[in-house]
Amino acid sequence: MPDLNKIRESYNAARELCKKRVVVCAGTGCIANGSLQVFESLKNAVALRGLEITVSLKSDDTSAHKAHDVYMIGSGCQGFCQVGPLVTIEPAGILYGHVKPEDIEEIVEKSIINDDLIERLLYHDPVSGKAYKGNAEIPFYTRQSRTGLKECGHVDPENISEYIAHGGYFSAEAAYTRYSSQDLCKLYKESGLRGRGGGGFSTGLKWEFALKEDNEKKYVVCNGDEGDPGAFMDRSILEGNPHSVIEGMMIAARAIGADEGYVYVRMEYPLACTRIRKAIQVAEDCGILGDDIFGSGKKFRINVMEGAGAFVCGEETALLSSIEGKRGMPNPKPPFPAQKGLFGKPTVINNVETLALVPVVMQQGVDKFRSLGTPKSPGTKTFALTGHVANTGLIEVPFGTTIREIVFEIGGGVLDKDGKINNDAFKAVQIGGPSGGCLTREHLDIPLDFDSLGAIGAMVGSGGMVVMNDSTCMVETARYFMTFTQHESCGKCVPCREGTRQMLEMLEDVVNGDGTEETLELLQEAGEAVKITSLCGLGKSAPNPVLSTLRYFRDEYEAHVKAKYCPTRACKALTPISIDPQTCRGCTLCKRVCPVGAISGEVKQAHVIDPLVCIKCGACVSTCKFKAIS
Amino acid sequence: MSATYAAAHSFNKVMEILDRFERSETKIIPILQAVQEEYRYLPQEVMTFIATSLGVSPARLYGVATFYSHFSLEPKGKHIIKMCDGTACHVRGSSAVIDAIRKRLNLTAKKITTDDMMYTFETVSCLGACGLAPVLVVDDAIHGQVTPEQALDAIEKIEAEERENA
Amino acid sequence: MEKYIYINDRPVLWEDEKNILALARKAHIEIPTFCYHSELSLYGACRLCMVEVEGRGLVTSCSTEPFEGMRIKTHTRQILKLRKTIVEMLLANHDQECPKCSRADDCKLRDVSNRLGIDKVRFRKTRERKPKDLGSECLVRDPNKCVLCGDCVRFCDEIQGIGAIDFAARGQNVNVAAAYGKSLAQVDCVNCGQCAAVCPTGAIVVKSHIPQVWDAIHSGEKYVVAQIAPAVRVALGEMFKLPSGELATGKMIAALRILGFKKVFDTAFSADLTVVEEANEFVSRKSKGEKLPIFTSCCPAWVKYAEQSYPQLLGNLSSCRSPQQMFGAIAKERLPQQLGVEKEKLYVVSIMPCTAKKYECKRPEFSHDGIADVDVVLTTQELGRMIKEAGIDLNDLEPESMDLPMGFATGAGVIFGNSGGVSEAVLRYAADKFDIPVPENIVLQEVRGSSGLREASLADGNLKMAVVHGLKNAQILCDKIVSGEAEYDIVEVMACPGGCTGGAGQPIVHNKAQRKARTTSLYHADKTMPLHRAQDNPFINELYETLLEKPNSHQAHELLHTAYKHRKRIDDDELSLSGAGAEDRCKVRVCVGTSCYLRGSQDILAKTLQMVEENAWGKHFDIGATFCSETCDKGPTISIGDQTIHHATLPQIREMISKAAGTRE
Repeated sequence: MPDLNKIRESYNAARELCKKRVVVCAGTGCIANGSLQVFESLKNAVALRGLEITVSLKSDDTSAHKAHDVYMIGSGCQGFCQVGPLVTIEPAGILYGHVKPEDIEEIVEKSIINDDLIERLLYHDPVSGKAYKGNAEIPFYTRQSRTGLKECGHVDPENISEYIAHGGYFSAEAAYTRYSSQDLCKLYKESGLRGRGGGGFSTGLKWEFALKEDNEKKYVVCNGDEGDPGAFMDRSILEGNPHSVIEGMMIAARAIGADEGYVYVRMEYPLACTRIRKAIQVAEDCGILGDDIFGSGKKFRINVMEGAGAFVCGEETALLSSIEGKRGMPNPKPPFPAQKGLFGKPTVINNVETLALVPVVMQQGVDKFRSLGTPKSPGTKTFALTGHVANTGLIEVPFGTTIREIVFEIGGGVLDKDGKINNDAFKAVQIGGPSGGCLTREHLDIPLDFDSLGAIGAMVGSGGMVVMNDSTCMVETARYFMTFTQHESCGKCVPCREGTRQMLEMLEDVVNGDGTEETLELLQEAGEAVKITSLCGLGKSAPNPVLSTLRYFRDEYEAHVKAKYCPTRACKALTPISIDPQTCRGCTLCKRVCPVGAISGEVKQAHVIDPLVCIKCGACVSTCKFKAIS
Repeated sequence: MSATYAAAHSFNKVMEILDRFERSETKIIPILQAVQEEYRYLPQEVMTFIATSLGVSPARLYGVATFYSHFSLEPKGKHIIKMCDGTACHVRGSSAVIDAIRKRLNLTAKKITTDDMMYTFETVSCLGACGLAPVLVVDDAIHGQVTPEQALDAIEKIEAEERENA
Repeated sequence: MEKYIYINDRPVLWEDEKNILALARKAHIEIPTFCYHSELSLYGACRLCMVEVEGRGLVTSCSTEPFEGMRIKTHTRQILKLRKTIVEMLLANHDQECPKCSRADDCKLRDVSNRLGIDKVRFRKTRERKPKDLGSECLVRDPNKCVLCGDCVRFCDEIQGIGAIDFAARGQNVNVAAAYGKSLAQVDCVNCGQCAAVCPTGAIVVKSHIPQVWDAIHSGEKYVVAQIAPAVRVALGEMFKLPSGELATGKMIAALRILGFKKVFDTAFSADLTVVEEANEFVSRKSKGEKLPIFTSCCPAWVKYAEQSYPQLLGNLSSCRSPQQMFGAIAKERLPQQLGVEKEKLYVVSIMPCTAKKYECKRPEFSHDGIADVDVVLTTQELGRMIKEAGIDLNDLEPESMDLPMGFATGAGVIFGNSGGVSEAVLRYAADKFDIPVPENIVLQEVRGSSGLREASLADGNLKMAVVHGLKNAQILCDKIVSGEAEYDIVEVMACPGGCTGGAGQPIVHNKAQRKARTTSLYHADKTMPLHRAQDNPFINELYETLLEKPNSHQAHELLHTAYKHRKRIDDDELSLSGAGAEDRCKVRVCVGTSCYLRGSQDILAKTLQMVEENAWGKHFDIGATFCSETCDKGPTISIGDQTIHHATLPQIREMISKAAGTRE
């Protein structure tokens, strides 16, 4: 039986003997930017100087108990991918971004051997140009409340000792040795922890339903089929802190009486698959997972299943079908998975982020957990901030934080169409991925939580947050999301299969200038029918981007269908006819042929066309002798 | 390796895969994944073979294989290029890159593999590397914040390598 | 305590209904649905059956269990509007060629659309037309009419255990397809046609052979005769608004004569003949204790299924042809002379409750010198349509009788149409030999009933029988027989629910009561007949005297028996590993089915390939892996050229390969 305290003490003792700890981010983003080369170069450069270096500090490794100059690890995603590759040097707390192999010598010389800063590698505020030393100062981090992500990007995901040293698996131990299943369900119900994957259902209550089922075989399934485009927190957790997910699953298994678990990961996340597989293996090797967990006599084993490329498998019943080797099509509920789930057995499905928070809740205690967030949505939530915003990346904030704080402060402001920070350029934010809704300036100060978002036609969903500036056409955006959901519809139920397709066709008409007011009416009606009647949550939420934009950007739709004009000029077919003032000689010919009087201008002065009046008949274009109109 | 030996080798691999997954009907997806890894696509006669081995109907296996976008019933090109068309990438201009690559390789949304079987180009749903949008994956290497020019450069690089190897 | 549920504010007694939809039906409210089928698993895809439950909002009635005191509204303004929108969405891509559709009179989509008062489809067609599958002899699939309710897929899988069709692709592109998008004719479809019977639209229909029959009748050259299967007479009337199960034999015969059939005979006559042949075959096997149990072979869907899936049981199938083919063989042998018609001109039309009979009559073993024993098969539905086409009012016709001699049958032949009927008929024949007391009313209750598997132990346990219908039930039973878990003497298998009365060629069945009425009527028909045992049929006895000599004689074997062969589930699908397609090469096939595989066939295959490779003999061989028979006990089985080697060993195969290579070098 593993003695967690002993592992922790031994690891900490070894750690204290290391002078410096260097963390190179090895998340997918940083790897793409070359962080693995940076890691190797750093290691070599340090070794060349005759410094003692270790890359895997193990508690049971007696060699680790000698003094090391440098302890180097590759971490999971630190969230600030845009600035990667990221290198952190502790204990000074220096964070370097955009590190290239050619920077290595200087880093070793100045910041590892000595404690000097290299100004140019620090993070600079894009507006003020101010340099920040590290995480402890950079607003992107300081404004966050990292809880679930805390260890992500900080610990070595492949080193279980480090996880244990940071308090890992103590919650699982407590769950298996000091709590009954009933106690656990009660504790998590009281904590108010809600599912982070979409619906926001109470985790403790879900467990309780499964616990009540009388069945010898039960399953815990971790939903890592994070398909929402623009959301990647689950990937980051699986890559950066896989043991937290395992521990969460263990606690869930103890709570419902399950002895087998599955982690379902998207195939698009190969690194996450590798990391979670390794972590499970290591946990088994250590005796943490196995047939007699912490001497409780309870058994729990975890399998990993890679998805095969179907967004709909994020829906829980579809995910179960997929594990069973079937087409990933959702099934009607009831029966709920808690009653009849995987292979017909009671099954609890929680998503990655939720499971990663499970040990945190126990570690912190209910009161501390509830101290953040809102009364009905306690705790923190990770959002993937992307789009037209200065700082993109993963952020974790307490529920109740406003969009304004997230976009303008943590995100560093909105980028306008020229790539400059300009908060006036803010137009909308799409929350909750393709199933979410588009929110506007008027929602900037609404405290975000499950219920407030639901009330305004959006949803927390998986936490994707795409910022859009004023060059974005909302009709085109709705069309983009509809293309996605339409493409990813499993095709089982009529409203989702046929309805999303019809909606897409109508949106295409609108952006192509073929839409009428009837199109908008039918679009609304079809959207509502799909929302109400679809079989699964994905179908029910598929019309959200359309319905929310119809609600908040109605004028934009109307401009498309009535004036045949795209206000952002994003829709090519609706880009208005205009007169080039340089070429126009002011002959007035066009003004005279215009059947609707859309052209104005004095003789020998450049003329202009009023796009709202223009019907794009093209009469002026063919009349102009100077080819000034197009 | 001659064609005979290659076929036999692949076949042995299929048998190994079936054994590894205990010829269990519930392991259809990992089995197909492993087989596709071996053949780079799912040949029809191999599918029938798997179906019979697992005791499921070939139509059912076909249904599963055609449901998931990862599975291909057509052979794929030697080099696989994927462009992420998730929201973040879309907002940051993936369409232009997609157009450029399709034009360069003479492909369309429906025709995804070049006639010389050298390239397969597909758009994929979010790769979760949104911080680097738009993201291009060339033979498993991720390229972040790509422009159409960089994408074309990546193809030129493969072309050059191919010429060298030829 | 009685429990009540309130539907539209009126109390409805809740007994054991599992869902609101069934409960509403009891309350005489037909909630529209495409994908709910009481005999199949829950699918929940069409979303039409939504109702409003107080406190819960809209739910699908098919998937929602009632609870006491539940209050349900079935036609609120919102519900009606949503249903309309959904049906409009379906219609947008539905090929609305109703006047040309054979399901026009019985199309659920058309009915629901009419009921909802849809007068305009506001959505547009978004999908390209897809080609029809015309390959099968029995069925035509038209994907352009499919609503993707999945009833066919689930029936084929859950009731028939075949899964010849399944959903393919995803989203917009979802379609019901056979493996690899092939035609039904090229895959493991057994032609039972139940997919067509459960299809709510015209997406799967029975292939029509009406034109061929009209051609024959109108040609003036052909002498067209009909044989009518027992189950037809209790179902045809449904197409003419007669109550389900009403016996319409006489009117049907009259109609056939008006249509232009020269003679009308009874397949029940040849069913009597089947009883004699099969019972004798059984008695002989039973006395020798070999090849037991004997499986019946009247059902062509079952025969094809067995050929595909249970090659090891093929020896147990009765070698008797089905009554249809026995009739055809006797007709083509005797009628030309009896009627004074040239054999080439005699045209035999079968009227069958069955779609698979269309396939059966085309099997090559049932044609000789280009002349088929049965020329064409019409289903009950097709006959009904011909009668309508000719404008004949069936109800008003005076009943007529069958022509002799092949129109005379006993009740034994008639009950063939019911599941259990063949067994009962054989028992009536063989009762004496096993000392089974036959009751006064000749009803052998043991084999009657409607459950999917019925077992009987007679003659003090000396005679064990099983009756199954639905091929999934047959599969379960066969697996038990193969494993030795179950032992029987006789097993009757019918593919369709209820047997032939529930065949897919019959008018569409809307509820179980309808099927039951047909069954009851057929048993009643037996009761009213003068004779009940096949051996009492004087014309059968005459046939033996004049032509066949005695049961199972050489001549009987020539005309009335057949043989079976193992079939692959998918046409042309063999795992060729090297040299495929080269005709002149030596063909080597190694079975890698489970049993051969366990005995080391894979190793032999790998080493053989290696040997061929090393010696550069690739040009001489076409080597492939195959499944010859799944659980054959003689493995490893390997064929080299035209030799088949059982219990093959590596040295043996090496030697043979070397030899084959040697002769070719």
